[in-house]
Amino acid sequence: MLDANITLTLARWQFATTTIYHFVFVPVTIGLGVVVAIVQTAHYFTGDPRYERLVGFFGKLFLINFAIGVVTGIVQEFQFGMDWAQYSAFVGNIFGPPLAIEGLLAFFMESVFLGLWIFGKDRVSPKIHLLSIWMASLGTILSAAFILSANSWMQHPVGYRILPSTHQAIMTNFWAILTNSIFVVTLFHTLLAAMMTGAALVLGISFYQMRRESTRPIFALGVRISLIVLFASSLAMALDGHVQGQVLVQDQPMKMAAGEALYNTTKGASESLLTIGNLHDQVIFQIRVPHLLSLLATDKWNGTVQGINQLQAQDVAKYGPGNYVPVIWLDYWSFRIMAGIGVAILGIASWGMWLMYRKRLDASKWFRRAALIGIPLPFIANTTGWIFTETGRQPWVVYGLLKTANGVSRISPTTVIISLTGFTVLYAILAWIDISLMARAAKKETASLDEPDPGLHEHGDIGSLVY
Amino acid sequence: MTSPIPDSTNTAISVRWSTEIGAMMHVTAEQLLWFILVGVLWAGYFFLEGFDFGVGILLPFIGRNDPERRALINCIGPIWDGNEVWVIVAIGATFAAFPLWYSEMLSNLYLLFFTVIVALILRGVAFEWRGKRDSARWRRNFDLAIFIGSALPAFLWGLLFGDLIKGVPLTASGTVVGGISGIVTPYALLTGLTTLAVFTLHGSVFLSLKVGGYLRGRVNAYVRRIAPVTALVLFVYLSITYLIARSDGHSGDVPGMIPVAALVLIVAVTWLSRERLFGWAFVATGAAILALTATVFMTLYPDTIMSSIRPALSLSITRAASQPYTLNVMTIVAAIFTPLVLVYQAWTYWIFRKRIEVPRNTNSEPEQVR
Repeated sequence: MLDANITLTLARWQFATTTIYHFVFVPVTIGLGVVVAIVQTAHYFTGDPRYERLVGFFGKLFLINFAIGVVTGIVQEFQFGMDWAQYSAFVGNIFGPPLAIEGLLAFFMESVFLGLWIFGKDRVSPKIHLLSIWMASLGTILSAAFILSANSWMQHPVGYRILPSTHQAIMTNFWAILTNSIFVVTLFHTLLAAMMTGAALVLGISFYQMRRESTRPIFALGVRISLIVLFASSLAMALDGHVQGQVLVQDQPMKMAAGEALYNTTKGASESLLTIGNLHDQVIFQIRVPHLLSLLATDKWNGTVQGINQLQAQDVAKYGPGNYVPVIWLDYWSFRIMAGIGVAILGIASWGMWLMYRKRLDASKWFRRAALIGIPLPFIANTTGWIFTETGRQPWVVYGLLKTANGVSRISPTTVIISLTGFTVLYAILAWIDISLMARAAKKETASLDEPDPGLHEHGDIGSLVY
Repeated sequence: MTSPIPDSTNTAISVRWSTEIGAMMHVTAEQLLWFILVGVLWAGYFFLEGFDFGVGILLPFIGRNDPERRALINCIGPIWDGNEVWVIVAIGATFAAFPLWYSEMLSNLYLLFFTVIVALILRGVAFEWRGKRDSARWRRNFDLAIFIGSALPAFLWGLLFGDLIKGVPLTASGTVVGGISGIVTPYALLTGLTTLAVFTLHGSVFLSLKVGGYLRGRVNAYVRRIAPVTALVLFVYLSITYLIARSDGHSGDVPGMIPVAALVLIVAVTWLSRERLFGWAFVATGAAILALTATVFMTLYPDTIMSSIRPALSLSITRAASQPYTLNVMTIVAAIFTPLVLVYQAWTYWIFRKRIEVPRNTNSEPEQVR
């Protein structure tokens, strides 16, 4: 029994490590892919060489990240069975199809068309080349959609019944799974986050590159495109985040209560923006906005928001004795960091839009600094957002149906120690190489408009050899 | 809301030994279809990534300097990633159509899959990052990663299927006992050696169709050397497989002449490569891979994982399978999208059909094409 508990803990750490790591690269790949596709479209229709240079420059960053996103994604396809065999046996009827369909629809699309985009510039027409970057981008978006539909089912099971003879969850309505309320809001939330991540990266790097006079016109254009994308996506995110919060209050009240550290059911609940001290009973300092939580959660000034203690009692009555409260400090803070960054980025983007309107964007030193600080912010928000989503569901792996502790494989702790160590070391090395490659590519001087176009490739590329 | 699972319930055991499912032992048409489709996905994967692996394995031997190695890597540059997706879909389809096959195979052969994943990760980043810096040491390190990342999976995938058909010590609860000695058996190692040899040959034949210029002669010489060795390995492997199948009283379908056909095809490559019929040689190695994969899946039927303890403990297709609703959904989706995927993947092969040459003005010496 002790061994099983150690295996459980290690398997949870492994899942957290591999998945958080994978998701560092996923949103930036999706976001950069769309931005590069937009810029290449602009080049296709205007023929302006500045767009072409931007495609070459940011295309390189896109590919460096794409590689690591793809290879760390391989782990995802296998690790449910490796570490979570009992979970896989329980949910396979429902969780398996989105994964299989993701492979068939999305992975083939992104890998095949990306290959065409990288290697095919001289072999296909500009129209087909443009189509290939859009198809590769669409592949990354479809991939996100299918895996999120699977995850959303774990957050909020729909379209299923439990087969009494085998205790498996089986699918009764595929359409219900694809139109799950949690899925729809989560998909928009994730795609907008990806757009913010990609746009913030392009904005920051473009500002950095603008210091060089000879390529200034190229990157001034990059600044404008990314700023517009960043503003539009962060504004949409503010609206989407609000809707998502309300869906969560409806479908997963305990997660929201933990995220707000709201211990008791309250009418007209206030929202705490910041807390110093123990969340439960020893608050030293707190900033609270009266009625805001009720307003956000229910659209009513004096709406009732359920508290942790009452929800725990309800869950005990429903599911039997046990602790149904997630780790409160983790959810409270991850939620605040995520939402705080979202607001900060909306602020930066609005400021930039105003500067652009006043035609003072290129001259503002302070905004340039903000744009550089803005590069890592979405990465932190993406990570904390998922920490909130996944830990807020605990102790359940499938909300209300299967506890995490009952989903783990019956394997020895040694096995998981080997793989956890292996993945951690490997990922650390990959991160170091990836970041150094990204930094080199981001700082590298681009050929000015008078010089020949280096395109996607560098280092004495000979003929059509790319790798 | 449906009542939750009590804490003590062990899902995997319940599914395995449910009387309801145990009673209906007949494989339904749709279960059979998905068993075949999983086999087709693995066959497609081995056919396509088989030559990718071969190219990666031969990279340090055929490519004597950086421009040559770049030319070799670029032969598979635009297509290797699409080829690799076949295994991702094979595993995903197994999860969807046979959840217990997926969960018992991956959790029990955990370290095998872990090693394969690490190898595939190294290989993938090596392809993408190799050319990103102009440093000889950087590139040599990634060349090594490509070699290891190709050779290890080529060997380990064989080991996996050797285990599945020969059987692992699978108990009634769906776990394997006996640790590593139950998995790394002489037969499984021999199966791994066989796939390693066949993929290397397949890769060399692919290169003979794909490289241009002076490298062709060198590649052709490699094909002629590898073909007889591969034929010998395959002969030994199939002989032992027949002997074991006889002594075991294996319940699976006897694949009959199919494995013999695979052997004949590989032997034919020895002759075809001497006659310079490399197009036909590629057809032969490809068909041999399909025949060998068919052999594995026919031997496995009607089970998905054999138990070496007792045949009754093997995980049958019926026990492993998803319910009809899920299989229906999967069948519809696959029927609509598979043709589309095949068309655009084939189309990119057509676009990149040109031979790859080592560029001129590099310091490599020209050789005669033989």
